[in-house]
Amino acid sequence: MTDFKIHHRDGDGVSIIELKGYLDAHTAPDLETAFQKLLNEKKYNVVVNCRDLSYISSAGLGVFMAYVEDIRKNMGDIKLTNMSSKVYNVFDLLGFPLLYEIFKDEQEAVSRFKEIKK
Amino acid sequence: MEAEKKHISKRILSRTESLVEVRKFVDGAARKFGFPEEDIANIILAVDEACTNIIKHAYQYAVDQEIEIIIFPSTRSFEIRIYDNGKSFDPSLIRPPELKDHLGHKRRGGLGVYLMKRLMDKVEYNFIPGKRNEVRLVKYRSDVSTVTRR
Repeated sequence: MTDFKIHHRDGDGVSIIELKGYLDAHTAPDLETAFQKLLNEKKYNVVVNCRDLSYISSAGLGVFMAYVEDIRKNMGDIKLTNMSSKVYNVFDLLGFPLLYEIFKDEQEAVSRFKEIKK
Repeated sequence: MEAEKKHISKRILSRTESLVEVRKFVDGAARKFGFPEEDIANIILAVDEACTNIIKHAYQYAVDQEIEIIIFPSTRSFEIRIYDNGKSFDPSLIRPPELKDHLGHKRRGGLGVYLMKRLMDKVEYNFIPGKRNEVRLVKYRSDVSTVTRR
């Protein structure tokens, strides 16, 4: 069984998605479901905390790409935080830092949403 | 002439659940070979991408087909050959990903092939029509890779 978990919490007008374990072609549909749920609930300010994300393959990266446009159309964004260097390297190889804001810390990303709101 | 050590192999079913087994198998072999952590992580990801492509494109999500992975460690290099009997697909037709084109389009093809090429020193595809497809991935030991790569 693949070890992957998603935990969702809301606070300050921002939805925090915590990823844990292995995000691959088997588990990527779980992340799709989570993003779809956010869209359905009209929650467009999303921070994805990758602190406990051990592994990501292109199937997982594809989910971020598939949903970010819909979220941005609604004046929201997906911001990524707390990546290990191993996970960051994969994002970096595909040029993600040019298209996504990546923060060291979850709170920095939450604050960024608040700055934009002002 | 390079001394070839004994190869090791594993057969898995063409389902995404099998990717865990694939990663464990490759991790063990790459670790035994003595690669540093970064190379081990890169090799695991490249093999995961290759198997994912086979599951999606060659077998089109049929879950009961076979994928065979054979690892040939030698003095200088670590070669992984992956075989399937599914539909051949030519990765050279997949253009390098323009990330902006992917945004919002749920178009994900090409990312895996691109990653494999970035992560490994050599990626080769061989097709035997009507028989089987082969992907060969090669990683050289760090001390020889700079000489061999370009």
